[in-house]
Amino acid sequence: MDDLYREVIIEHYKNPAYRGKLDPHDISFADNNPLCGDHIQIDLRVSANGIVTDARFDGHGCAISQASADLLMESITGRPIEEVKKLNKESILELLGIDLGPVRLKCALLSLKVLKAGVYGLGEASDDLVE
Amino acid sequence: MKLNLTEIRKDFPILERETQAGTRLTYLDSTATSQKPLSVIQAMDDFYRMSNANIHRGVHTLAEESTRLYEDAREKIAKFINAESARQIIYTRNTTESINLVAYSWARANLKAGDLVILTEMEHHSNLVPWHMLQAERGIELEFIPVTEDGLLDLGMYKTLLDRRPRLVSFTHMSNVLGTINPAGEIIRLAHEAGAITLVDGAQSVPHLKVDVQSLDADFYAFSAHKMCGPTGIGALYGKAALLESMPPFLGGGDMIKEVKLRSFRPNTLPHKFEAGTPAIAEAVGFGAAVDYLSKIGMESIAAHEHEITDYALERLEEIPGVKLFGPSADKKGGVAAFTLEGVHPHDVAQILDKDGIAVRAGHHCAQPLHEKFGIPATSRASFYLYNTRDEVDLLVNGIYKVKEMFG
Repeated sequence: MDDLYREVIIEHYKNPAYRGKLDPHDISFADNNPLCGDHIQIDLRVSANGIVTDARFDGHGCAISQASADLLMESITGRPIEEVKKLNKESILELLGIDLGPVRLKCALLSLKVLKAGVYGLGEASDDLVE
Repeated sequence: MKLNLTEIRKDFPILERETQAGTRLTYLDSTATSQKPLSVIQAMDDFYRMSNANIHRGVHTLAEESTRLYEDAREKIAKFINAESARQIIYTRNTTESINLVAYSWARANLKAGDLVILTEMEHHSNLVPWHMLQAERGIELEFIPVTEDGLLDLGMYKTLLDRRPRLVSFTHMSNVLGTINPAGEIIRLAHEAGAITLVDGAQSVPHLKVDVQSLDADFYAFSAHKMCGPTGIGALYGKAALLESMPPFLGGGDMIKEVKLRSFRPNTLPHKFEAGTPAIAEAVGFGAAVDYLSKIGMESIAAHEHEITDYALERLEEIPGVKLFGPSADKKGGVAAFTLEGVHPHDVAQILDKDGIAVRAGHHCAQPLHEKFGIPATSRASFYLYNTRDEVDLLVNGIYKVKEMFG
């Protein structure tokens, strides 16, 4: 019926391949979307030469936030952490293949904010991390 | 008297607008903010076209006219909730500011470390955070009347809490999520017996029920214009005269003073003592027009209509497999239906309904602790007002079936 709920998004929401936790992990961080209470935790394993070898997300949220988290985990697995640091809003929109209004954009970007806050070792997932 | 929905809907121009779906708007989000009738829009438009000037202290015609309109609206609002006098109606920005006024002025002058304030588990953030802030600043204590599984306040626990001699009991008259209409009169009577004063969050009750602050014996009563057919940016705080008179001013500035010297001031009398700076004048005029509109239709008729719609909505929603409703049965609640749909996040429910022009809200509705209590991050919420119809409930139900199909 509608671009926002493309099949790929519903599919990643219902059957996420990267949902879970990693123990042990090298990086772990969690935060909320204060607008809707969505919660995402991301665990990473990073090799000695700075490659993301394993990535998982956990938490709860809408189809957009969960699908974008799953797609994001998929896309960073096997990539250098330095590249992960450069991901931004456009990277997520490209992964989702849709355009989003300001409210739903927050849902889509939550996982990237959490990821970057974890990678940079920050205390909070803030908006400027993804601009 | 039964409402004439065809006529009422004509009063609200926005209900005629087309949505992105090409359909007519189905507005089920009045708990967040109500739509505005033409009479309110026109009153504000007339004010700016004809009467606009700053109020008080002006002697020219426009200043007198706008002052009179501003104060006439206060009279109407006072009468609407049966306040003893208009000087007990303080204009604020909204319910939130009204509650903050009590927290900053009355509570900071009267509460010390260890003093107890009783709230409830079903409060909106606006009746939680001001008290959290005071707790951090003053070391007051907070206790909460628990919410039962069926969405009612546990009055037995309340009575136990009252043994601890609270100074203030602050609670919502009607929950913005569960819809629960709390027994405000009884809660207030018990608080008074225990020596506490009371503050009622009336943001949801004043728009939907006949509220009489004198028969309730409320010490403070807070509400907003925008949820009762009025404009945003203006609300009111009712207070008992003796309390308001004993309180220090809230914000300092023009209009709230009787006299200012270089190093001192004397505060103005009620209600101006609490109204610093140029207020929302056109909005006050709109607020008065909203009260006129609701009074003309009659609050009893509005409440009866909402009850009928809510009863029908709960019955239809309950039939849908996977839908879980929150809050008490229709006889104990106002026009609110908060629900979850199994396997689908409330945001997605709201977004897909929006594609058919149906406006519902999704999230924690500024009542995060209440959602935590029920173990859910969010709900979808449909809410009903005087302009909503049974047909719109049917559209909502059909929309939810569509959502189920997409996520099926």
